Amino acid sequence: MQILKLIIRNVLRHKLRSALTILGISIAVMFFGVLRTVVDAWYSGVEASAVNRLITRHAVSFIFPLPYSYKDQIARIPGVSRVTFANWFGGIYIDQSQFFARMAVEAETYFDGYPEFIVDKDQLETFKKERNSCVIGQKIAEQYKLKIGDVMPIEGDIYPGKYEFVVRAIYKPRDEKVDATQMLFHWQYLDERLKQSQPTRAGNVGWYVITISDPSKAPLISQTIDEMFKNSRAETKSETEAAFQQSFVSMSGAILTAMNFIAFVIIGVILLVLGNTMVMTARERIREYAVLKTLGFTKGHIIGLIAGESLAISIAGGILGLFLMFPMVQGIAANIPQGMFPVFDVTQTTIILAGSSALIVGIVASVFPIWRATSMKIVDGLRQIG
Amino acid sequence: MSSRAEPTTIVRTRENQMPDANKELIHVKNVTKKYYRDSIEIPVLMNISLSVPEGEFLALMGPSGSGKTTLLNLIAGIDRPTAGQIIVNDQDISAFNAKAIAKWRAQHVGFVFQFYNLLPVLTAYENVELPLLLTNLSKQERKKQVELALTLVGLGDRIKHYPKQLSGGQEQRVAIARAIVTDPTIIVADEPTGDLDKNSAAEIMTLLDRLNKEFKKTILMVTHDPRAAEKAHKVMHLDKGELTN
Repeated sequence: MQILKLIIRNVLRHKLRSALTILGISIAVMFFGVLRTVVDAWYSGVEASAVNRLITRHAVSFIFPLPYSYKDQIARIPGVSRVTFANWFGGIYIDQSQFFARMAVEAETYFDGYPEFIVDKDQLETFKKERNSCVIGQKIAEQYKLKIGDVMPIEGDIYPGKYEFVVRAIYKPRDEKVDATQMLFHWQYLDERLKQSQPTRAGNVGWYVITISDPSKAPLISQTIDEMFKNSRAETKSETEAAFQQSFVSMSGAILTAMNFIAFVIIGVILLVLGNTMVMTARERIREYAVLKTLGFTKGHIIGLIAGESLAISIAGGILGLFLMFPMVQGIAANIPQGMFPVFDVTQTTIILAGSSALIVGIVASVFPIWRATSMKIVDGLRQIG
Repeated sequence: MSSRAEPTTIVRTRENQMPDANKELIHVKNVTKKYYRDSIEIPVLMNISLSVPEGEFLALMGPSGSGKTTLLNLIAGIDRPTAGQIIVNDQDISAFNAKAIAKWRAQHVGFVFQFYNLLPVLTAYENVELPLLLTNLSKQERKKQVELALTLVGLGDRIKHYPKQLSGGQEQRVAIARAIVTDPTIIVADEPTGDLDKNSAAEIMTLLDRLNKEFKKTILMVTHDPRAAEKAHKVMHLDKGELTN
């Protein structure tokens, strides 16, 4: 018989209590993981940002457009290797609950600026040639069962009117951090429609995407761009892509702070659940620990028994929680609009955080019972009624 | 589990390990024990001195609170005297540190408690094997020792039984097997029949008597039961922390 055997038998001594504790821990670990996944999803845009890309938008807000004419001026700034642009289109596809990014982009240059969007060369060439064509992300194609040649009818809201786009390319993400839920079409097509229907809105873009050759010069180039358009009718604000994405996240800052707080409160709850179990366990077994000490077992053995039992319960709960986390996250992902969180997956960091939280809780929950059992005098322990 | 004593066998042969009745195994020299409860001093033993020869069967009797269990605990090394010395086999155990005294107990003392104190999650075999886990014995050697000890107490056929599947008398016999499995120098028994019916108590006393007579174990026993004390060679009485005879 080894100490491990005794630990396992002790865990199984009160089966219902251990099962409920393990269940409690697993639910807490699962929710911890789900909340972390939601927070991660919010930050996925920041995570996926390229260090060599700058975003130039209107100084007041990105909802205000910038003149198309800025493109060539920006391109001439030393250190700028490529300039492209995009314009938020919005619109309604099928119904209002179907949310994903729909943007008008410069077809000729956009995909050069985003090498993480992998598009078949022939498909891309066809897209570039057809004004009313579009490129969609792989996830959108899968969700709506769209294939090359299919038509996507979209009702414009920011830009009123009926639009029909032919799917000419489907891009794949380079890795799981890349958003595969976008629909991109020709800015020129939109601009031509605007020239006819709302001429005053034509000739504008949403924001410029600037690729720079040396990421360390990002602050200098940003400053140069903004100074170039100072006192113009559309002053600019340039920043790194990560800072641009972060500004979106900051809009939901309070919610994210609350979510992070709740995630750590959950860890506290697990600690209380397991701590309570371990305190009860140690109190009931104080006489047994005294007997073991009487027989010559050392403090190390007692620590091993108590910490081992606490860890066995927390590890079992942690593993179960991790197993429950995946279907839970998949269930949530299936029930939220596809484009709301372009990346909604359990990350390795979340698994490590959730798993190590369970481990740490297992250790911390055993500290008080260990202290109690090891500091107890044998004679006092033997007098204890179990 | 770490290594400790290496018992040879429970059954000492008369030829090679005859205890020397003239040798004083235990010396209790001017021992005083006081407890403190919320800064109030409670004297339990006062300047006690006694000697116990090897192979003795000594019963300690006295009213509740007289200090007999405290004296037993001090001799067994699970408590420390406030003053005085306890010398067992020429070693001053009152001077040992916690680690040394734990090792000493594992090697030299077998414990029998009133409420058996078996671990409920372990079988009779596993309970008896517990002290041997602190030795260097192989699994096979441990098996041999455990089966021998359980056979000696008449429970060779109950090795796979859990404590809850045994009667009180059988549980106490398992506890005795656990006490003798390491071939200790001394067996200390605190009210070994206190929780048993008359017949079971008689069986336990017969077993302890046999361990003393056949295997020459030195036994110190605390008891309230005069019938149990009859089995002892010598009876000492304690009252209010002092020996009265």
